[in-house]
Amino acid sequence: MYEFIAFYIFAISTVILFSITVFSKNVLYSMTSLAAGMVMISGFFFLLGADFLGVVQLIVYVGAVMALYAFAMMFFDTTKDVKEKYNSPRLVFLLGGLMAVVFVIIFSAPIIGENLQVLSPITDGVGNAQAVGKVLFTKYLIPFEVAAIMLLVAMVAGIILAGKKMDKSLTTTVLPLVDKESEDEILKKESR
Amino acid sequence: MDATMLPEVTAVGVIIKAILILAVISAIAGFGTYIERKILAFMQRRLGPQHVGPYGLLQLIADGIKLFTKEDIIPQNANRIIFAVAPVITAATAFIALGAVPVFPDFTIPFVDVYVPSIASDVNVGILFVLGMMAAGLYGPLLAGMAQSNKWGLLGSARTAIQFLSYEVVTGLSLLAPIMIVGSLSFVDFNSYQSNGTWLVLYQPIAFILFLIAGYAETNRTPFDLLEHEAEIVSGYVTEYSGMRWGMFFIGEYANMITIGIIASIVFLGGYNDWWIFPGWIMIIAKIAFLFFLMLWVRAAWPHVRPDQLMWLCWKVLMPLAVINVVITGIVMMAI
Repeated sequence: MYEFIAFYIFAISTVILFSITVFSKNVLYSMTSLAAGMVMISGFFFLLGADFLGVVQLIVYVGAVMALYAFAMMFFDTTKDVKEKYNSPRLVFLLGGLMAVVFVIIFSAPIIGENLQVLSPITDGVGNAQAVGKVLFTKYLIPFEVAAIMLLVAMVAGIILAGKKMDKSLTTTVLPLVDKESEDEILKKESR
Repeated sequence: MDATMLPEVTAVGVIIKAILILAVISAIAGFGTYIERKILAFMQRRLGPQHVGPYGLLQLIADGIKLFTKEDIIPQNANRIIFAVAPVITAATAFIALGAVPVFPDFTIPFVDVYVPSIASDVNVGILFVLGMMAAGLYGPLLAGMAQSNKWGLLGSARTAIQFLSYEVVTGLSLLAPIMIVGSLSFVDFNSYQSNGTWLVLYQPIAFILFLIAGYAETNRTPFDLLEHEAEIVSGYVTEYSGMRWGMFFIGEYANMITIGIIASIVFLGGYNDWWIFPGWIMIIAKIAFLFFLMLWVRAAWPHVRPDQLMWLCWKVLMPLAVINVVITGIVMMAI
């Protein structure tokens, strides 16, 4: 009973929040509803008893959306609406609609066909974290390692891109605000 | 654990505990401001609050009245909804995080004979949940700064983002070594692991210090309170806030301080186990109080750091130390 109510609360709020993310023209609204929607999705994991995955969803997406905020802060005036450019709204509508329909079909086909099988059932007495760890280091070891290498490559690339003048601190270097000539000009103007 | 041993969790019990947490922590957070001012005054050879009540004890009520009756201002160009939501996020996440930490040992209420488990919601990944919730709490300052259309606010929220990205790694990695030793993510397991009297801080002194430093960064305590650094950015993310909206940020910050105190005392300092002649509930209160005092002491003793110093400290000093600590712990555990 409680689960039933909780599921519908989480489901409805997730849908509403993500629609705000898509439809709103304000960066701040979009980002905030995105973050809140991610938190709501973690609620589903808790309802299904997958505490570990729920918490991971929470931590990972809270951090990821925080980084998105940093970009929004740099690119937009967050208190004003963004003017979007629509070149061909019909094409966008068509492609987006088709994508949505395809995804719904992909995910609902096994449910309609009723051939969903539980390949690795939950063993009693084993916590969530242990179960995830076991699967990760036996069955999915190679994808796990490949993902680790990809992250490493991305990190090295990021450091190389940002690494120019990394040995100097930006806040402690004193930049000359005005050069000598313009300073003289300002002084001349003032003396007049 | 045997199935019959499990404490019974009823909806009424959870609601009562939630209300208790809200009431007690809000009261302690309010009283914490008085303690903070008194201790800081003592350390800086001042008197602190003195005029309201004996030893200034009623200063708390005076401050409360001031906060409640202050005019509530929303700046003209601010994003009103987000501006109103931001303080609620800080306060709410701080209290949600407190819902998953155990404070007292399980006990039975005398006369009515009701068994009370110590924890409002025993998530079996408690540590991660609490850390995740506290991380989500930083959305409060972030949104507040971005919604108020004030340059100081925007700077404050930019600093929130970098502070979050800096300390979060250190918190996780420093707690990883104790988690490896105990082999569980549940606070209750941490507590029972230390029930023989050997505190985890003896095995993991480096992790303890790293966690405290990261914890101070997490709660914006003074060496790292970049978000509202008065001398540089007026008040940072709270520049435009007044009255109870500001009060909610404040309560959230103090609740987070208490949460960090509870986590540190359960994970590293033996939790709520009995020690010598002292029962567990006195021990944990003493430990939390000491850790709270330590935060005030650090505030009195150290100056602010700059944002680039914080990033330097977190990424170039603390994170490598934490990684080395984890590796050494792993090697030792394999060898034994």
